[in-house]
Amino acid sequence: MLEANNLSIERGGRRVLSDVSAAFAAGEITAIVGPNGAGKSSLVLALAGLLDPVGGAVTLDGRSIHALPPRERARMLGYLPQDTDIAWDVAVEQLVALGRLPHGDRGRDEVEAAISMLALEDLRHRPASRLSGGEKARVLLARVLAGTPEWVLADEPLAALDLAHAKALTEHFREIADSGSGVVLVVHDLAVAMNCADRVIVLSDGKCVATGTPADALTQEIIKRVWGVDADWLGKPGQHALVIRRP
Amino acid sequence: MNRAAVIFAALLVVLVPISLLAGRVWISPIGAEGTANAALILMELRLPRAVLAIVIGAGLGAAGAAMQGYLRNPLADPGLFGIAPMAALGAVASFWFGLASSSWGVPVFALAGAALAMALLAAIAGRSVSDGRAGAGGGIALFTLAGLMIASLAGALTALAITMAPSAFAMSQIVMWLNGAITDRSWAEVWIAAPLTLAGIAVLMLASRSLDALTLGEEAARSLGVDPRRLLFLLVVGTALTVGSGVAVAGIIGFVGLIVPHLVRPLTDRLPSSLLLPSALAGACLVLLADSVVRVLPLVTELRLGIALSLIGAPFFLWLLIRMRKGRL
Repeated sequence: MLEANNLSIERGGRRVLSDVSAAFAAGEITAIVGPNGAGKSSLVLALAGLLDPVGGAVTLDGRSIHALPPRERARMLGYLPQDTDIAWDVAVEQLVALGRLPHGDRGRDEVEAAISMLALEDLRHRPASRLSGGEKARVLLARVLAGTPEWVLADEPLAALDLAHAKALTEHFREIADSGSGVVLVVHDLAVAMNCADRVIVLSDGKCVATGTPADALTQEIIKRVWGVDADWLGKPGQHALVIRRP
Repeated sequence: MNRAAVIFAALLVVLVPISLLAGRVWISPIGAEGTANAALILMELRLPRAVLAIVIGAGLGAAGAAMQGYLRNPLADPGLFGIAPMAALGAVASFWFGLASSSWGVPVFALAGAALAMALLAAIAGRSVSDGRAGAGGGIALFTLAGLMIASLAGALTALAITMAPSAFAMSQIVMWLNGAITDRSWAEVWIAAPLTLAGIAVLMLASRSLDALTLGEEAARSLGVDPRRLLFLLVVGTALTVGSGVAVAGIIGFVGLIVPHLVRPLTDRLPSSLLLPSALAGACLVLLADSVVRVLPLVTELRLGIALSLIGAPFFLWLLIRMRKGRL
């Protein structure tokens, strides 16, 4: 169990998270949603152990992750940043293998498994500069998976992806959760959170305002309160669409 | 050892004998006449000079590769840390105060300058490097700016020292020395530079996998278990040892750290760790070759090595900029 307990974070002298408590379960997809500036990225960074709290703590199976040595923490928590600018024109296979750095080995089997899971076999020798947005997103997720982390923490992994690639990546996250790992995603699209997540955490102004199943956390009332819009859910479970009412 | 390292090691094996034989006095590898003089020239002039060229080139090449990996920028150069200009300032101070007459005067002052640059970098920027609260990328950016400011300050103080030199002789000594050369160097300089440079390269090698992680950005690198403070420490110490010792015995030799990683990169998988050893070997080849060429050029006085490498390096830098504009880099 990954938990944030009364977590408070400051960045650039500004309080971005205040007293946030949330629990994340292995084998589930948890979506973190909220308006811009709500603290979603800060929460996922803190869960990855990359931001030190000014109050509270993040614990993994009861142990504070801030007390863990960086490499040990990295072996358990795989973090996928929002924007990854790949500095050098490295081939896909080498990029995926970077996921083995915390383990200090080449991990050929794990790298192959990640390449296979994300269907990157045909791209393994392709340089990063020649990847499309969707291919790059798959490669970067494969890099995280090559480290065989117990947790995958991704900051807006679906941003800038077209519909087909977003759907494919979402299915990969489901596979990862079904394999027993915990998946935490920051998403903007509430329909994705509603249809694909097992649990949802709604943040607003650095505070946790709702948590629970998608149906419980993304009610019309909460959407109105947090995003300031009147909206209706249409469709059936797993295929919901959010429609904003005209004034 | 990767393919690029093998290529440049082989090239070095070819260049060393050529460098030993080439010069104003050409030494025949099979000739018997003048054997005693030839042996003296080889052992006391050419060999220490060749070893020094290899050592300095290796240090600059490795430091350049590490710096480009750290700053994730193909235009980065070891000079950006301000260590080389501070080492040069230290050496200039030894000339200014008339302490350069002993063989240890200049190197000791230059190494003190490099150490001072290290301390300043640690004091100004070390605390800012991603402590978990700084913004992403803010640490390295601030650190780079700190290095540039130190370089700028050292440059200004060096210019001041030249304009206020106590004598015309001291001024001439400073200017000549700043242009960089390994003419008339002896085994004494080799014994100063070689251990420090080798130690520096070893320190940079310790940072190689962390530099690989930086390929994905600072945040991703930290998520892979990279400790930014340890990485910065290794980079500063490694650069100070390699570049500082090079400046201490040869003056400013620019552009090697910039050019060499570019020559090597296409021969590797482009990860920084694959670049360090081949860059060290390629740097050794470049400086050894350049020093051999300046020796045999038919000029009244020998062209300074630093000037020769800048004459090659500056157009190369412009070519890189043009390629970057065209998006080919």
